[in-house]
Amino acid sequence: MSRRFQVLLITFTLAFTGFFIVWYKVGVLGIPFLPHEKRSVYTIGAEISFVGQKKSVLVSMALPEPQEGIQILSEDVASSGFGYAEGETVNGKRAEWSKRNVVGPQMLYYSLEVLIEPGEHKPKPPIAPSEQETETLSDLPNMLQDTAKNLLHDVRSRSADTHSFTAQLIKDFSAKEPSQAVKILLAQAGESKIDLLYRLLRYRKISVRKIHGLYLESARRNIALTPMLDVYDGKDWQLYDLNKGKVVRDKNFFVWQQGNNSLIEVTGAKKSNISFSLNERQVPVQYLLDKKELVKKAAILDFSLFTLPISEQNTYRHILLVPFGALVVVLLRIMIGLRTSGTFMPVLIALAFMETTLSAGLVMFIMIVGMGLIIRSYLSSLNLLLVARISAVMIVVILIMSFMSILSFKLGIKEVLTVTFFPMIILAWTIERMSILWEEEGAKEVFIQGGGSLIVAVCAYFVMSDPFVSHMAFNFPELLLVVLAVIIMIGRYSGYRLSELIRFRSMVE
Amino acid sequence: MFANPFKLKKLGILGMNKRNIHYIGAHNDRKYYPLVDNKLKTKIIAQSAGIAVPKLIKTIERQSQLRYLKEILEGIDGFVLKPSQGSGGKGILVIVKREGDEFIKANGQRLELRDIQRDISNILSGLYSLGGKPDVAMLETLVEFDPIFDRYSYEGVPDIRVITYRGYPAMAMLRCSTRESDGKANLHQGAVGVGLNIATGKALYAVQHGSPVTHHPDTGYDFSELEIPHWEKILTLAASCYEVTHLGYLGVDIVLDKNLGPLILELNARPGLAIQIANRMGAVKRYDVIDTQQANLDVAQRVKFSMDHFGMKTGEDSMMMKEM
Repeated sequence: MSRRFQVLLITFTLAFTGFFIVWYKVGVLGIPFLPHEKRSVYTIGAEISFVGQKKSVLVSMALPEPQEGIQILSEDVASSGFGYAEGETVNGKRAEWSKRNVVGPQMLYYSLEVLIEPGEHKPKPPIAPSEQETETLSDLPNMLQDTAKNLLHDVRSRSADTHSFTAQLIKDFSAKEPSQAVKILLAQAGESKIDLLYRLLRYRKISVRKIHGLYLESARRNIALTPMLDVYDGKDWQLYDLNKGKVVRDKNFFVWQQGNNSLIEVTGAKKSNISFSLNERQVPVQYLLDKKELVKKAAILDFSLFTLPISEQNTYRHILLVPFGALVVVLLRIMIGLRTSGTFMPVLIALAFMETTLSAGLVMFIMIVGMGLIIRSYLSSLNLLLVARISAVMIVVILIMSFMSILSFKLGIKEVLTVTFFPMIILAWTIERMSILWEEEGAKEVFIQGGGSLIVAVCAYFVMSDPFVSHMAFNFPELLLVVLAVIIMIGRYSGYRLSELIRFRSMVE
Repeated sequence: MFANPFKLKKLGILGMNKRNIHYIGAHNDRKYYPLVDNKLKTKIIAQSAGIAVPKLIKTIERQSQLRYLKEILEGIDGFVLKPSQGSGGKGILVIVKREGDEFIKANGQRLELRDIQRDISNILSGLYSLGGKPDVAMLETLVEFDPIFDRYSYEGVPDIRVITYRGYPAMAMLRCSTRESDGKANLHQGAVGVGLNIATGKALYAVQHGSPVTHHPDTGYDFSELEIPHWEKILTLAASCYEVTHLGYLGVDIVLDKNLGPLILELNARPGLAIQIANRMGAVKRYDVIDTQQANLDVAQRVKFSMDHFGMKTGEDSMMMKEM
């Protein structure tokens, strides 16, 4: 078989397979190719980790109740080897995992898919608690009791009613420079901020309840629940965010847990921890209706990325875009003939741009590389060995990055904080390469290759951040086969590059 | 602004992608690359095959040898230091003479022993080698350049690049350094490329930055009077590298020594495309002619074939110079 025929056969097979699976999903399973009416479906994942100590382990986690305006579509539990049960308690539904003789680090996953129902809705106020245990603060040392009472007295003098009292108290606790009394209370009472506030409010005979929930926003990983206090003044409930103060319960706030019981209880293990992750996905309405049916019908969907834990899904959202970035590099280098410093450095820079936004990313990239080049030119006069020099450049890059972060934070330019998304080892190598290029070939070549790299990075950024591309990449990952086919095809392209049409221009005249 | 790609194809101009796939990919087996990427290996196999190269005085392999550098250089007036695995002329130090404790570079710059130790240390730590691999420094005798090139070179090393395809000399050019190229024979840094007639070694065209020139920009000499001596010997030297390296697509860099004649300076398994501009000629046309030839001809037969088929008729070449 000739090489050319092999290449054609491979590309055809790959492209055909890719397109066939897309066609099957669209045509037969009815997944819309271009979704028309879309809703945001959020997948909320809870990851519980702990280390077993050869004992029986019992894990209990509070589960969210159905709530107005947000519909729970499905729930999913992944916990190999653990028994799982859900139980009703006085304080609401709880999930319970159990297993005997657990050894080593363990992970339990629980995930929910929720849908924000369309249209305006007013959250139904919870039923007013008829009775609330009275709080006496008697378990605190006398000194702390006095401090607390003084603080409450002071806050009271600054407020008019229940709500303004609560607002003032939370403001005192969330101030950047809290007063002496607040500092003492936080440091010595041995309780979290929310528990302390909860007690202080109840001491004032204010009806209050704790709420833990999540703002349903774009994809996030490794977050904790946002604690809130819900305060009743005899007529209305009002919600308070511990950091922001008074908030309106908006549609996007999903309540995971209400009341006093703990979010998670782990017995028989140590180092237990829980973290949440959030993933947003635009889903057509029709698909939502059919989803349950579909999964039953097609094994192909049961074997899709959607079955992974959400934090891994979020990772794949990024990983699946990289091939499209690579395709841009292949096109621009082989078909156009742009020169870049480092083959895939532009893709990594483009990935960083996706986190930093383009304009801020470009400015930061040029600043870091520019400053790095200046410092590298001094290092070169010190005559260091290569490995030591690159390591030195890398440390300088880290110093520049942290300096930029601190300075910009003080100046209030929040965008620059995202500088941490730049891959520093790649930056160090870029600086090293450009610096050698500068010494050997002159500044012109540095600007050609540096500029080429940035152009490729910006093009890759536009492709990878395109909503359509990311929709296709994540919902139809089989398109990677098509990308692979295209790249293999281009790999056998032996025609002229666009830059060569300029280079050899004089030959045809 | 853009050339018509179909016209380029008709002229047989070789592009980068085609070079990589059809010439380098198809004719250069990767396992033979170390022979040319490592100049020390190139030199050893070239010498054993009787190919003329500049003499190797010594190799410096360890940083600890630098302490005895003074003794090593004892009695050597002019020399060349180069990284064994460098590319594109990077890291090459040319010392033309010594005055007391000072070493004089080709451009007149004065160096101390300390500076030379530093340069060698950089070579050893892999500054110029691919991927920063530790390298070896080669100490060679200084080539005493044939004065024929003095008129066509500014402060630098003039060299002849011959591209051989399947062992046939296919194209040749002389690379003349200029003030702009900082004494380097590197075309994209502003050196002048002079296309050479394969039959005679006479100049065909001269280009700088892709545009035609008739005279050297610094020395002012007319390129049309240029004729390379020992021409057949140069082509024979280039063609004989095929048997040694097994590389079907090879760039051979040759210098002319006043006393020793043509010497092979360096081999390149990925020669560039600028030679086509200097020759005003597409390379593919010649490669296609070579492709019709049998593979079992010897060096002399191949050189004769190239001189017979790729030459311009006498008188025609200098006429072309005038036209420009």
